[in-house]
Formats: sequence, C-alpha cells, structure tokens
Amino acid sequence: MATDSSAYEEMIKGLWRDNPVFVQVLGMCPMLAVTNSAINAVVMGLATFFVLVGSSFLVSSFKQWIPKQVRISLYIIIIATFVTVVDYSLLALLPAIHKELGAFIPLIVANCMILGRQEAFASKHNVKYAVMDAVGMSGGFMIALFALGSVREILGVGAFFGIDLFGTNFESWVIMILPPGGFLTLGLLLLFFNWFTERRREFLLKVAESDRMAYVDGDK
Amino acid sequence: MTDKHDKTKASSIVTQEPSSTRLIVSMAVAGFISGIIIIAIYMLTFETIKENKARELREAVFKVLPDVSFMQKLHFIDNKLIVVKAEGMDDEMIFAGYDPQRKFIGYAIQGKGPGFQDTIHVLFGYLSSKQNVVGMEILDSRETPGLGDKIFKDMDFVGEFSNLPISKDIKAVKKGKKTQENEIDAITGATISSKAVVRIINKAFNKWSPRLPQQGSEPVLEKQDNQ
Repeated sequence: MATDSSAYEEMIKGLWRDNPVFVQVLGMCPMLAVTNSAINAVVMGLATFFVLVGSSFLVSSFKQWIPKQVRISLYIIIIATFVTVVDYSLLALLPAIHKELGAFIPLIVANCMILGRQEAFASKHNVKYAVMDAVGMSGGFMIALFALGSVREILGVGAFFGIDLFGTNFESWVIMILPPGGFLTLGLLLLFFNWFTERRREFLLKVAESDRMAYVDGDK
Repeated sequence: MTDKHDKTKASSIVTQEPSSTRLIVSMAVAGFISGIIIIAIYMLTFETIKENKARELREAVFKVLPDVSFMQKLHFIDNKLIVVKAEGMDDEMIFAGYDPQRKFIGYAIQGKGPGFQDTIHVLFGYLSSKQNVVGMEILDSRETPGLGDKIFKDMDFVGEFSNLPISKDIKAVKKGKKTQENEIDAITGATISSKAVVRIINKAFNKWSPRLPQQGSEPVLEKQDNQ
C-alpha cells in the first residue's frame, strides 16, 4: 500500500508541483512552436507522452547495462528510435495531423524534458516509478501545451478545436498565432501559475495557523 | 528492499571502470537494435504511406477538375505527351481528365515553388478550351498555421481559382482592390503565401502551356483495368 501511494505521488508531482513547463521551464521548443492551435498541442502532447513513457521504461529496465560513460548517447538512441516510430506511424495513420505538425515531430528528439527525465529519474529508479514519473511529466507537459494552445487559438483565430466561437465580427489577434504570441502567452501563464502557487502557500499557512490557534484555544 | 538493491548496484558501477570494449559493445548493440526497429517500422508503414499519397493526389485531381470521372497520367518525354500507367509521380507529369462519355475535359497541372517557410506544392485544374483555371488544391505546404495555411483552409481564397482566366498571368492584389478579371484577392495577413501560390501557378502554366497539344488533338483516354 505504501509503495502504491508513493508511485502515485511520483505521477501527481509532474502534473502540478514539478510541472515540466510551468515550474522546470523545460521543452520550450515544442511548447512555443506547435501551440498555435489546440489540436496541434494535444497531438504533440500525445506524441511526447508515447516517447517519454517508452524511453523511461527502457532506460529504467536496462539501467544496469548502460555504462555511465556513454549513457547520454544511449538515451538519445533510445529516444530517437521512439521518435522515428511515432513519425512513421503518424504519417501512415493520421496523414492530416502529420501535415500540420510536420517538422516538429522529429524535433521531439531534442526535447530537453525527455532527456532530462532519463538522466534525473529513470536511470536511478525502478521501472514502476520511472513509468509513473514519465506518465505524470508528460501529462503535465500536455496540460501546459493545451493551455497555451487553447489561449492562442481562441484569441488568435477566434476558434477552439477549429470551431468558430465569435462569429464574423471578431477581429482575430493575429499576433497570438505568431511566435511573439507564444512568448507573451507563456509569460502570462507563468505569472498566473506562480501567483496561484504563492496564494495557495499563503492560504495553507493561514489555515495551519488558525488550526494551531484553535488548538491552543481549545486547550485553555 | 529495492533501495538497498539499487545502492549496491550503483556503487559497483562507480568503483569498477568498464572496459572500452564494453562501452563500444553497448553502443553497437543499441545502435543495431535501434536500426532494426527503425527499418522495420519504415517497411511496415511504407505501403500505407505510398497509398495515402497516391490517394490524396487522385482525390485532388478530381477536386480541381469538376465533372471529371476518368483520369490518366501524362508524361512529357522527348517533346511529346505520352500516357503512363505506372505508379509514382514526378515534375514532368500532368493529369488529363475525362467526362463519363470519355470525352476530354481538361488538365490538372502541378507546380512547386518557395512559399513563406518551405516549398508549396500546388495542383490546379486547367480548361484549355476556355483558358481558365477551374480549381486549385495545395498538395503540400508548411505555411504558418493560422495565417499562411489559409491558402488551403480559407474557402473564399480557394474559391477564387474556380473560374479564373489565365490567358494573362494571374495577379494577387490587396483584398478589395480587385479590378481585372485575372486578379484575385490576397489573404489578409498572408500576402506572401497568396502571392507564392499565384506565382507557382503562373510558372507552372507558362511551362506547360506550350507543351499541351492543340485543341481537339488531346490524348485519348486509354482503357484502364481498375476504373
């Protein structure tokens, strides 16, 4: 039971507390490049999910056979293999989506979040934790991509998942789908995220304080 | 328990330097396995990808040439257009479309050229009898999503090619400034991409129009097994 809850903990931490984008600020290339629409963000998130979980599983399973001196190149080989598999599978099964994401799928190889998880986590933990960690991290990555993609598509095109939201009178903010819009939105989301975390910490402190006071009062 | 297990392993790696042979072997094994997987997935998906591409191209031909029910591929070799049936496509090929009575209707001509970010691959339908462009389809492009990709997502823009005289070169002008028959409205915010499409069509047309046979002597539709 105890191990289960800590495995769950490994998964949950990637979603919020150690979110790869909002807290660790990793994987910025796909983050800014493909998030000009919600659907692109979701597919990029799914592709990253597959690559990260697969690589973490393999790296963790073979960690005693991976010599430290050549580990980075071995991680890259493993990651690149998964990325190629995703690239060809998408091209064969979902050609329309592949057309949209085109150049960015091969670039998953260079997503520092994935290599970072291998180096910092999968190579030091057993398979179960490594996979849970990978699921959580890619989940958190997907949430961040989706948040950015939705904001940029809604403001930049006036649509959500391609469905028109505001009718013809809406003048779309063209800058939001261009690269500067990505930086702006990411900055604002980071601001919001940190503000929220700060508020939550203060709130928890306050609750703890009042609990203590109540306890002291009750003691009297 | 697992923690203890992991720790002993970690310390053994630190104390024992692996031999260079071992390093090379582990790299080689990983590279070998990875190579096998990559080639396997390539071979597994190759047929599907080829079929997808061929189907896309076929559908595009029927889209840019309205009322067409048969088509055949023409290859320009030795100053002549000859009918080819083989799979595959190259820059020296166009399509001829025929109506249900097997009468010739028009050509589907392809052109490639630089867009805003990468090569745009365009297919357009051409009626030689009226000297009109009757349809346009983007086969491949990497234009900016949300802006440049309107060249195939904005139906108003695509629709402008549905009946467009091309006896003179087509021109893309600022939206609302259209005065001549051979002008089209460029997409707001995607002027470069719109102009690129127009330039590609003009270039392909100027390349192909001297090569096309005289009216009335178009290639006849040859019998095809699978149509």
